[in-house]
Formats: sequence, C-alpha cells, structure tokens
Amino acid sequence: MADVQTLNTVAVGIDPVADRLSGPQGARPKRVLSRRNIFLYGTLIFVAAYYLVPLYVMIVTSLKGMPEIRLGNIFSPPVEITFEPWVKAWATACTGLNCDGLSRGFWNSVRITVPSVIFSIAVASVNGYALANWRFKGANTFFTILIVGAFIPYQVMIYPIVILLREIGLYGTLWGLVIVHSIFGMPILTLLFRNYFTSVPEELFKAARVDGAGFWAIYFKIMLPMALPIFVVAIILQITGIWNDFLFGVIYTKPDTYPMTVQLNNIVNSVQGVKEYNVNMAATILTGLVPLLVYFVSGKLFVRGIAAGAVKG
Amino acid sequence: MSSSSGTATRRPSQMFRNLNAKIASIPMILTALCVFLGGTVWTIVYSFTNSKLLPRLKFVGLDQYERLWSAPRWLTSIENLFVYGILSLIFSLVIGFLLAAMLDQKIRFEGVFRTIFLYPFALSFVVTGLTWQWILNPDFGVQHLVRSAGWESFTFNPLYDQQIVIYGILIAALWQGTGLIMCLMLAGLRGIDEDIWKAARVDGIPMWKTYLFIVIPMMRPVFITTLVIIASGIVRLYDLVVAQTSGGPGGASEVPAKYVYDYMFLAQNLGQGFAASTMMLLSVAIIVVPWAYLEFGGRKRG
Repeated sequence: MADVQTLNTVAVGIDPVADRLSGPQGARPKRVLSRRNIFLYGTLIFVAAYYLVPLYVMIVTSLKGMPEIRLGNIFSPPVEITFEPWVKAWATACTGLNCDGLSRGFWNSVRITVPSVIFSIAVASVNGYALANWRFKGANTFFTILIVGAFIPYQVMIYPIVILLREIGLYGTLWGLVIVHSIFGMPILTLLFRNYFTSVPEELFKAARVDGAGFWAIYFKIMLPMALPIFVVAIILQITGIWNDFLFGVIYTKPDTYPMTVQLNNIVNSVQGVKEYNVNMAATILTGLVPLLVYFVSGKLFVRGIAAGAVKG
Repeated sequence: MSSSSGTATRRPSQMFRNLNAKIASIPMILTALCVFLGGTVWTIVYSFTNSKLLPRLKFVGLDQYERLWSAPRWLTSIENLFVYGILSLIFSLVIGFLLAAMLDQKIRFEGVFRTIFLYPFALSFVVTGLTWQWILNPDFGVQHLVRSAGWESFTFNPLYDQQIVIYGILIAALWQGTGLIMCLMLAGLRGIDEDIWKAARVDGIPMWKTYLFIVIPMMRPVFITTLVIIASGIVRLYDLVVAQTSGGPGGASEVPAKYVYDYMFLAQNLGQGFAASTMMLLSVAIIVVPWAYLEFGGRKRG
C-alpha cells in the first residue's frame, strides 16, 4: 500500500512542474543595468553558451572535410561547407559487413518505436482506467508490485526476459523488443493514466453506467476523448525514451535489426579503418534529431513527460 | 483473483465480476508476476549457481559473490560508481539549484534559457557520450585548442588517462542531466509562497540566508524526489560509458551495469552476471527502502 502512495506522491509532486514553469509571476522588473543584472545575465549567458557548445561543435565538425579537421580546431567554423559527411553517414557508412549507413538503423528504430509507443500506451491506458474505475480484488497488489518493479535495475531482469522471449520464439525480433519496451514502460504509464482517470469526476462515470454503458463503451466514448492531453504526454515520453534506448536494443535484437543508437555506437567506435570524425558527428546529429525535434515541438508538455518518466528505471 | 468472500453464494461467480477490467489487467498481472517478481527471484536464485553458458541449477553457495568481490574489475566498477555517484549527486543538486535560483529572479528570456539548459536531456546517452568523446579528444579538442593558443604544456586528457577518466564521463553526464534537475528545482521554487520572500525582506534577512535557511528547508520534498531520480540514474550508468570510453582506457572506467552485460552476453559466465546484478539490486534497495520508510513508513500525518 505504502509504495503506491509513494509513487503517487512523487508523481503528484512532479505534476505541477509544467504548470509552475509557465513563467514568473508579478510585474516585470524595470530594465536597469545594475551590477546585479550584469552578474545574473552574464552568468546565465555563459552557462547557456557552455550548454550550446557541444551542439555547435557537432554541427561545425559535420560540415567540414577531413583535411580541414586535421588542420584546424574543432571550434572554428568550416571554411568550405560540405554535406558529403551527412550523405555518407546516412547512406554508406559501414558497420561490420553492412555498408548502407545509418538509414538502416533509422528505419529499424522507426519500426521499433512506432509499434512500441502504440502498444505500450494502449495497454497502459486501459489498465490505468481499469485500476481507477473498475477496481477488483487484488488489483492494488499487482499494481504495487508493478510500481516497486520500476525501481529494480534492468540488469536484474534482462536474462529472465531473454528466456521468456526465447520460449515464445520472439528473441532477436523487433516484436520481442516491442514487448520489452511495453513491459518497462508499463509502471510509469499505468501510474500516469491511473492518476489521470482517478481525477475524472465520478458522477460522469456513474451517469454513463446508469445509461447502460459498459467497460469498453465508457473507455472509448468518455475517457479516451477526455484524456487526450495525457496521451500526448505519454507519447512524448515514450518516443524519446524508446528512440534513445541502447541497452534493450543491443540485448534483444540482432545486428540486422539494431536500432539507430546501437548502430551509431558501432559506426563511431569501430576500431577498423581511418576515423572520419565529420561522418561520425553527422551520424551523431542524425541520431539525436528525432528526440530533439520532439523536444522543440512539444515544449512544456515535454517537461511534464520527462519529469514523470525520470522516475522509471 | 481469489473468490473467498462470503458473497460468492449470491452471485454467479466472483471470478466473472468485473471480467473486462480483469482482462484489461492481464498484461499488468503478467508483467508484475512473471517479469518483475519472477524475474528478480529467478536471477537471485541463479546467482547462487555456477551457471556458465546456460543457466543450470547447480548450487555453489556464495562462490559467485566471493569471486565477484575479489575481481579487480568489479572493484574498479564499484569504486567508479562511488566516485561518480557522489560527485554527480553533489554537482547536479548544486548546479541545478543555482540555475533554478537564477532563473527565478524574474528575468527576461527565461523560456529561452530554460530551453537551452534542458535540450541535452532530450538526447540519448550514446549521442552525449560520442559528442563529448569528440570534444575531449586530445588531438583535436579542448587540449589541442589551449595548446595551439600558446600554452604548450597544457594537459587535459581525461578520456585517455586512467586516473581521471571517470571525471570525463561525469562532465558529459552533468551536461546531459542538470537541465532536468534545474526544472524540478525551479518548479519547487515556484511553489514557495511569495509572502515568505516579502517577510524575509521586511525582516532584512539577506537573500542567501533566506535561501539557505528558509527556502531550501521548505523544498525538502522536491529535494527528496530529485535525490531519488538522480540516485536511480547513477546505478543505471551504462550507455554513456559504452559510447564515451567503452570502459577504457585499460578498464579504468568500468561500471557495474557494464560488468553485468559483459559477463552475461560476452564472457558467457552467467553466474557472475547474476551475482553482479543482484548486488546492483541490493544497492538500489539500500537507497530506496530507507527513503520509502522515512517518507511513508512512520508517518501518519496528512
């Protein structure tokens, strides 16, 4: 019992994050070039520059040719801009025997991420709804185990899952990995949806029952349309989490079906051949592009998603 | 699942009450029982066997643990995790809080700054590790830059120096993770009543004292949440090391999670992998259980 409340409190503590970040309250200060302001903005700009430098270095390096990289320093802008490293990273960079570049990993990651996101959210949302509105005996016990399980290091469970997947014949396939992502996404997603559906006024639910709506009718006609914002949060959380995953990808797939992160690591850290830093950096940016896009498009919802997701694991 | 209650006689069967909800919960029940509970117990049990290539139930007592704790590689892993853990905890909290406090001064362009501080968090550890591997590259990166600026003897080469490699990883990890801590702290600061600040100002208490003795103690729940988030991230440290150093140079940046993976899937010494992962579980339990107990065990207030 205590543990469900534990996580609840954690989640409740996090939930207002997005709301509170909506900006400072009160009147704007007058623009004064006081010593305090110079110090404050100076520090902030300095720190911001520090956070931006790696991105800048990545982009600059990926646009240079190798001779220029050998001569210059990594911070200088490219003299001659070339997009060849990008083309090479995407289409012809080699990992082992495959020389079709990161595009293979990209499409693998798409094929992993899309069904994983849909499947895990479908399962968790229905489950959260059942936990919130159709409590049955023992439900809370299982839920507690699930939430406590979120704190267990993955390493403890990876081998038993290998055995389970081998038994059902899915070890090494994309669908096996989809199941793994659904399993490890379940605690936080279920918690997210359960808390949301619990906050829906009960009268609504009762009225629907009186009108004769059953379990699925209420879910699809009432709960689902109301919960769209929380679905968006869950989708953001899952896309970034699954796209960025490395551990499960390397364990549960074969070289042909490696996700982008694993392939990227193999390209960059391969010991054979001459290091092509510009291609490596282009490949690195390409791999980071999807979550970065999600981040910049989703804004405040992203904060909410990651704050909730940070608890998992 | 059980149908032991007295009302069973009046209804057709307890089993079929709420049937749809039960069907909907099957994935959760399977995950909770088969994977989380079953998997954990399975791993712990098999950590007492001498499984090599395949799991076998031939018990050897604490052999695997004795071997584990006398393996130099494991001891290095633990030491690294310890150093990394302590420093990452301190720096994340301090940097995260300072950034949040600065952003909370009703400044302009707060959203821009926040977006910049948080974007690394969207990137994976692999991307982070490879980026910093490049920036810390001794022949092209920071060291090369300072040397070519005239300071010939300057040496900053964390990724190829066994003594300081873990700090190289720490730099990358802090770059990636402090944004999240800042966001959590900022939310905590925004939750503090404006009147507290007014009262402190009226009483003439300096700002740093207000933060240290009034605001931070009031933010205790935020700090605890943050602490749990940081701590659970520390134990999981894996992708970053693999991408940035592959455990090198000479195994100086090994971490427990990598030990587990390598023994389970590369060295084909499952027993060692199970024992190591059980130790990881134990270390998480040492962090989480007292926290859960302190926060929710002996407390009955609203």
